[in-house]
Amino acid sequence: MASKQQFGGLDKKLLIQMYEHMVKSRVLEERLIKIYRAGESYFWIGGPGEEAWGVPLGMLGKKGQGPAYDFYHLHYRCTPTLIAMGLSMLDSVRLMMNRATDPSTGGRNFSNHYVIPKWNIAPVTSPLEVQYPIACGTAHVQKRLGKKSLTVVTGGDAGTAEGDFASSLILASRKGQELPMLITVQNNKWGISTSYEGQHGETTIADRAKAFNIRAQVINGNDPVESYLAIEESMEYIRKTGKPAFIEAHVSRLYGHSSASGANPVQNEVDPVKEFEKKLLKAEIIKPKDVKELWEKFEAEGVKAAEQARSEPVPTADSVWDHTYVGSENADWRNF
Amino acid sequence: MANMAQSIRMALHYAETNYELKDIFGQDVGMPLGGVFTATQGLKTTWNSTLDERGIIGMAMGIAMAGDRCVAEIQFADYIFNTIDLLKIAGNTLWCTNGQYNLPMTVMTPVGAGIRGSVYHSHSFDAWASRLAGWKVVMPSNPLDAYGLLLSCIKDPNPCMFLKPKALMRVRGEELIPGEPQDEKDLKNMIDAPIGDRSKWKAQWPKLEEYLVPFGKAKITRTGEQITVISYGRHLLLCNEVADQLKQEGYSVEVIDLRSIYPYDWQAIKASVEKTGRVLFVNEDTEVTNFAEHLSYRVTTELFYHLMAAPRVLAGKNVPGIGLHPNLEDSSVPQKHEIESLIRQICAEVP
Ligand SMILES: Cc1ncc(C[n+]2csc(CCOP(=O)(O)OP(=O)(O)O)c2C)c(N)n1
Repeated sequence: MASKQQFGGLDKKLLIQMYEHMVKSRVLEERLIKIYRAGESYFWIGGPGEEAWGVPLGMLGKKGQGPAYDFYHLHYRCTPTLIAMGLSMLDSVRLMMNRATDPSTGGRNFSNHYVIPKWNIAPVTSPLEVQYPIACGTAHVQKRLGKKSLTVVTGGDAGTAEGDFASSLILASRKGQELPMLITVQNNKWGISTSYEGQHGETTIADRAKAFNIRAQVINGNDPVESYLAIEESMEYIRKTGKPAFIEAHVSRLYGHSSASGANPVQNEVDPVKEFEKKLLKAEIIKPKDVKELWEKFEAEGVKAAEQARSEPVPTADSVWDHTYVGSENADWRNF
Repeated sequence: MANMAQSIRMALHYAETNYELKDIFGQDVGMPLGGVFTATQGLKTTWNSTLDERGIIGMAMGIAMAGDRCVAEIQFADYIFNTIDLLKIAGNTLWCTNGQYNLPMTVMTPVGAGIRGSVYHSHSFDAWASRLAGWKVVMPSNPLDAYGLLLSCIKDPNPCMFLKPKALMRVRGEELIPGEPQDEKDLKNMIDAPIGDRSKWKAQWPKLEEYLVPFGKAKITRTGEQITVISYGRHLLLCNEVADQLKQEGYSVEVIDLRSIYPYDWQAIKASVEKTGRVLFVNEDTEVTNFAEHLSYRVTTELFYHLMAAPRVLAGKNVPGIGLHPNLEDSSVPQKHEIESLIRQICAEVP
């Protein structure tokens, strides 16, 4: 039996909950890849390998709609965060299969490009790094409101070369006008095929935040306990001081960049789900039987979700003008 | 009469007071300067952004996403180009989210030549902006329209682009803004910041009223029977002048101020061209894939059998920049004499 201290003082229930979310997220991503392979979707990109970082991030926010709650400006590897917040497999699969029933985009955008206003999930969009300055805007409104809510922003390591990353560090850290933001980078050491070493001269990305007097740290994002504690502590600091904090989380990329690079499993990176599972088994917090049942349960849920989504309607051709303007006010010049 | 800078200021004040406009920001937008064209002096909610156009547009999108209304300024349209993908995203957010996130934000930016601004203070943006689906794009030619169009932009739940013809910022209108004092000296004393120390100065706002110029509604500024001339912004005034001159010679020129670039008033264009059978489009953005080419294409395809002459587009030359020397600027941006000779030419054409 392991001591409680081994898991940073987190209680057993919480550990099991994190573990379950992590497994669910992994099984879901693998289901999405299978859907892609079966020719039932055009593209996959997602977050297998980022569960130990993403799950605690989703569990710790103040969830709700509007500036009194936390905003999340995520990128395309954030399934774990949303699973932790309560996303159903079915809704993720609907997005993957571009169904009209996809609650994020109605079949208009890629897998894992989530949009969930009821939890302040800002639209995930493909252009890298644009979420960073946009996040400053929601944080600005939260600061004005004064309800101690904060804005989370996430992105990859290679994307930090974009000026938008620097924009957000500057906007978040102006003296007397600091923004309540948790600025994060998920460093998987890759930008598609370009290695970390090929793009960075700084020792850590977190050093860039330090240059703006932003409290910053580098963590092992493959350890959910370390992630949980760092995020929890950073969020408390932000809510208390109204100032930004920065976390660079080192994570894995377990199926390569996307379906464009094959979406095949890689062998030489840490699997955070398996690692955590091993630790929990060793500490007898979970039993081998529970593990088997859990994976099977989510597997069945994934299969069912795909079956269900398959039977659902797709967007109609004449809906293409819908929502160009609010209320679908006419935007087609032919009808002006 | 108010000039355009003052009318913009008054619209912003009206919106701060009545539309819950909470942020007006951009480079040097806050006091003491109140904007490089003074259009944001004396307002309650102005602040200076960082010197970062992408930061400005990104922030505006985030503020709008969180549900607040804002007006963000790009100091000169010449510097808006590095934000073009953010502008695209602002325009497609509602669509990509299947109607779930609308962005009630206004971006305003001074455009065009006419002040000897050389290469990087003379760019136009109307043709570029017309390609930003999901945006509403307007450009006033006089202070009253500036007031009414800006209020429409701020009130609208979609992203709106308010293009300010910079050469008209000091030009006075012919009509009072509702609530504006009769004497322009009174207005100046009330809302123009003094020279020198401004730390204690506060604007005294007149009791303004709501006045909205709807999107997609053009205005006929000269009525005529022989030819339709369609323009907006600074060049609209040149077209009016030419129409008045040619009237002395017996020409009958109809001039339409489009005001709204997207959505645009096709019904006004159609009714006029059906009547005159001749049309000239004038604007100063560069000529290749100019917005007027779309309008001209549409006139040609939909009104072909009403036409007595080929439609023409007079626009900026497709050169890389507007040169500082007047010889350079004047030969790349449409001039009055070119408008005049084209009108004569088109009117002389017979099928
Ligand atoms: C602005 C922009 N440029 C290029 C791309 C194409 N692209 C998609 S992902 C990617 C690599 C991103 O690497 P990183 O930021 O490290 O994130 P990761 O995918 O590794 O999580 C590139 C170049 C893009 N989506 N957006």
